[in-house]
Amino acid sequence: MQTLYLLVPIAPLIGALAAGLFGRYIGTIWSHRVTISLVFVSLIASLIIFLDVLEGNVYNGTVYTWLVTGDTRFEIGFLIDQLSATMMVVVSLVSLMVHIYTIGYMHGDPGYQRFFSYISLFTFSMMMLVMSNNFLQLFFGWEAVGLVSYLLIGFWYTRPTAIYANLKAFLVNRVGDFGFLLGIALVLMYFGSLDYATVFEQAPDVVAETIEVVPGASWLVITVICILLFIGAMGKSAQFPLHVWLPDSMEGPTPISALIHAATMVTAGIFMVARMSPLFELSDVALSTILVVGGITTLFMALVAVVQNDIKRVVAYSTLSQLGYMTVALGASAYSAAIFHLMTHAFFKAVLFLGAGSVIIAMHHEQNMEKMGGLKKYMPVTYWTMFIAALASAGVPGFSGFFSKDAIIEAVGFADIPGVGFAYFCVLATVFVTALYTFRLLFMTFHGQPRMDEHTKEHLHESPWVVTLPLVILAIPTVAAGWFIGPIVFGDYFNNVIYVLPEHDAIEKLGAEFTGIGGMMVHALSTAPFWLSVGGIFTAWYLYTVRTDIPGKIKAVSGPIYTLLDRKYYIDELYSWLFAGGTRALGTVLWKFGDTKIIDGIMVNGSAKLVAWTATLVKRFQTGYIYHYAFTMIVGIFAILTLWLY
Amino acid sequence: MLFGFPLLSLIIWLPILVGIAVLATGGDRNAQLARWIAFAGSIMGFLVAIPLYTEFDAATSAMQFVENRTWFQRFNVNYHIGVDGISMPLILLNCFTTPLVVIAGWQVIQTRVSQYMGAFLLMSGIVNGVFASLDAVLFYVFWEASLIPMFLIIGIWGGPNRVYAAIKFFLYTLLGSLLMLIAFIYLYQSSGGSFSIEDYHQQPIPFKSQVLIFIAFLLAFAVKVPMWPVHTWLPDAHVEAPTGGSVVLAAIMLKLGGYGFLRFSLPITPDASHYLAEMMIVLSLIAVVYIGLIALMQTDMKKLIAYSSVAHMGFVTLGFFLFNAYGIEGAMVQMISHGFISGAMFLCVGVLYDRLHSRQIADYGGVVNKMPIFAAFFMLFAMANAGLPGTSGFVGEFMVIMGAVKVNFWYAFLAATTLIFGAAYTLWMYKRVIFGAVATPAVEGLHDISKREFVLLAILAIAVLWLGVYPFPLTEVMHASVENLLEHVGNSKL
Repeated sequence: MQTLYLLVPIAPLIGALAAGLFGRYIGTIWSHRVTISLVFVSLIASLIIFLDVLEGNVYNGTVYTWLVTGDTRFEIGFLIDQLSATMMVVVSLVSLMVHIYTIGYMHGDPGYQRFFSYISLFTFSMMMLVMSNNFLQLFFGWEAVGLVSYLLIGFWYTRPTAIYANLKAFLVNRVGDFGFLLGIALVLMYFGSLDYATVFEQAPDVVAETIEVVPGASWLVITVICILLFIGAMGKSAQFPLHVWLPDSMEGPTPISALIHAATMVTAGIFMVARMSPLFELSDVALSTILVVGGITTLFMALVAVVQNDIKRVVAYSTLSQLGYMTVALGASAYSAAIFHLMTHAFFKAVLFLGAGSVIIAMHHEQNMEKMGGLKKYMPVTYWTMFIAALASAGVPGFSGFFSKDAIIEAVGFADIPGVGFAYFCVLATVFVTALYTFRLLFMTFHGQPRMDEHTKEHLHESPWVVTLPLVILAIPTVAAGWFIGPIVFGDYFNNVIYVLPEHDAIEKLGAEFTGIGGMMVHALSTAPFWLSVGGIFTAWYLYTVRTDIPGKIKAVSGPIYTLLDRKYYIDELYSWLFAGGTRALGTVLWKFGDTKIIDGIMVNGSAKLVAWTATLVKRFQTGYIYHYAFTMIVGIFAILTLWLY
Repeated sequence: MLFGFPLLSLIIWLPILVGIAVLATGGDRNAQLARWIAFAGSIMGFLVAIPLYTEFDAATSAMQFVENRTWFQRFNVNYHIGVDGISMPLILLNCFTTPLVVIAGWQVIQTRVSQYMGAFLLMSGIVNGVFASLDAVLFYVFWEASLIPMFLIIGIWGGPNRVYAAIKFFLYTLLGSLLMLIAFIYLYQSSGGSFSIEDYHQQPIPFKSQVLIFIAFLLAFAVKVPMWPVHTWLPDAHVEAPTGGSVVLAAIMLKLGGYGFLRFSLPITPDASHYLAEMMIVLSLIAVVYIGLIALMQTDMKKLIAYSSVAHMGFVTLGFFLFNAYGIEGAMVQMISHGFISGAMFLCVGVLYDRLHSRQIADYGGVVNKMPIFAAFFMLFAMANAGLPGTSGFVGEFMVIMGAVKVNFWYAFLAATTLIFGAAYTLWMYKRVIFGAVATPAVEGLHDISKREFVLLAILAIAVLWLGVYPFPLTEVMHASVENLLEHVGNSKL
């Protein structure tokens, strides 16, 4: 079994190296053959491990020792349990689908092999992240997915927007990692180890310790650690105010948006917090922070999605909002619901993104929905799979998104820590907004009159099978994944993995009411989220197919509010002025004034000048003329005589 | 001594003798001969250094491969050499770097080839001597001797402003070292006539004297490292130096300063080290943050990397004065890693400079279109410079940050800002130089790296990745020495 564990990350790594280093020798066909079959190997291995874990075989062991310093060993190792096994299956499945899809999407691109190399490398990094049994390796995977994301956003490196977006994504992620690394440092300091098992075991002993980060203010160590770790999660999982990189990351090719910026990398933060539940449970302050941050992200990013016209950006903002849902669930101690939503979201968001990509291919890389419309009859497979995904996203009963989202909303309703009221309002209101923007996308793209030019219209056709097959395969779990909510969320699936304090038992209360998925669906008909969702779909239908003139009027009337949403609350402008501009200004001052003027100008060259000046002065006494010296001697004698006589 | 064989002497004197042989080939008519002799000599220099690692006993902190002969009996000066876990990795780094700079100068240097190659070989032997010396006078001789080849390399094969840079470099470092000599003389007197560095380690010294000695050493070492605010010679020296000179300067010369702290300041004046630790930490953190910000605004690639060197060396001095194993071992790893990464970064800039004869970021743009293989290597080294896990750049910074948080949360906080600034200045430069559409006709005419350049960069890439993925073999050899040093520094010498 241990060989199999090793195989899961190593197989895609070999694929990445083969396509990356030897891509130009083995050609395009073999590049995708090698990488796809190796990711397939990884998927099969993950499935076998998953089944093995279901039988209760959990593994925690070391692969090799990375470093020993002082009395601490830093190791690379695997922790295989229900949480990691679930993630492994989700990651390898979505990754495989994206690999296959890429054959169609990237066909003829000069960077074909490089692209396969990157996505396999990403799969490797993500596997290392989820399979880790310690904070160090987690950080390795954490930064490695950031690297691959950087490479992929900037994949089309001649586009100025792409290379701006990838630098921005990397730096914003680095801000998160900055907090994350400090969190890890404090963990090491207080627990003396970075192994999950050791740290979690000792967590209750550290709970009473305090630290004075700011003199005079004493905080619980565990709160400081959790908030620092969560800052890392805010970077990776794009939570407000570190969310700014995700919408821009849409500059990358669409398969990447699906794999990295929807289904996997961005879920790393959610996964991490769930993994650290034994720590986060001990700090109500941290949980409240998470709840509020998640709530803000959920609602405010969803609102932005409503006004976007770029098809990928709508889906991107939808991702932000859905990540907000997961974050809220974490804050409400509903970790299992968060992971469950992570899973269902991975499937339906992958379909939405890959479907959007399919549309983009058909439209000759036009992404503006205002130039689409009526695509339904040209692209039936894309349409129907996206329709299913839209239903799941909007939370219509029976589809996967419904179960996971409903569980989160209910759990937040049951939770009882500061900030929960705000978060509850956000997640509830967002149900309506989600349905609205999702179906707005669907209606604007596929229904109504075609708005594209004649040339594009003539060439409209369904995408090749390598594109539609992944859509169809992923559509299956988009519907069905939700049906397993009973065992996964309310059952004992995560029993020994996720730790919840007895007083944070929202999920348990919810579980007591759970009577099966049928009961959950029937119950939903009498609750607000269902009607909000239906209302959202209806509104979208009315505005974007029946009375298409109304949205324009709303836009005209709402004036500043529309602008505010359209400019994404001016956060980008603020950051680029304050942080980018401020740092550059500070750097210039330090350089021109501090280094050039003071240190080099005054201290270094100044002392050189002082020496030269003194030398010039002293030089005058050494003229070499005897009458100068004689004259000086006479003056001297007179001076001495005067003194002596006086 | 290894089986009665003076291995260390061989490691020191072989490159020097080969260097003299290279000089003897004379004018540029025999340039090719000079290159090949230099190449063979540098490879041999590396090969003879390998037993230093394989035969090293990691269990002891005592000096190994020791040789001790009388030099001047009257002043009790001895030819006393030996290595421990602190100096051994640095000697290996030096011997590893020499063949690389010889290869790097293969085509670029067309005038006074024998002198250029000879200077690097002499330099290599002299630096080995600095790291191996256990006698203060011997150390001082090697220390000052190392200035001469570098002075010539910058002054003769450097850029347009080379004379200013060479003199600035020379005076800066020479002034720093003079006080060290005075400290040695004081120690000689007060120890009753010994120049043995190991004797100094054991010698009790009153507090006031310790502080003065510490400051004397500090000036010598801080200039070399370089620490803020005595760093301004470095950007000038780097900008004017030829590529090989920059590589040696960054990879090796700066390490002399770091090594000095570990061999002299900490063990000889432990009480003063503790007393002044906060000042040292603050200076180091200024280097990390202030210099990081300055690096961001540089328009000259070499200057940018030079400033980034200062920021990275800030981690080294920070690590030393945390007085825990994470800090000191992290600083050691950082020194080795910085040798690989900064060397590689300067080689990368050299590759571009050789083609377009410009170091200005603004003169480039879209290089990846014409030089994809080069861009891939440069990406790896840029990421390593930004401290990405899996590369050597991460290991040392990680360890030092782990050590810093134990002392004070805010030290770690400020040090960790390198995660952001390091990425910002490196990747912003990378973006402007490498990415984008082809910016100028000159870039359009670029051709990708040659086999020779490929080999150079590939060797460094392997080193950077190996140290990042599996640093264990490196840290293993320095444990005993670092533990011993920490224990020693913990005991007062008053």
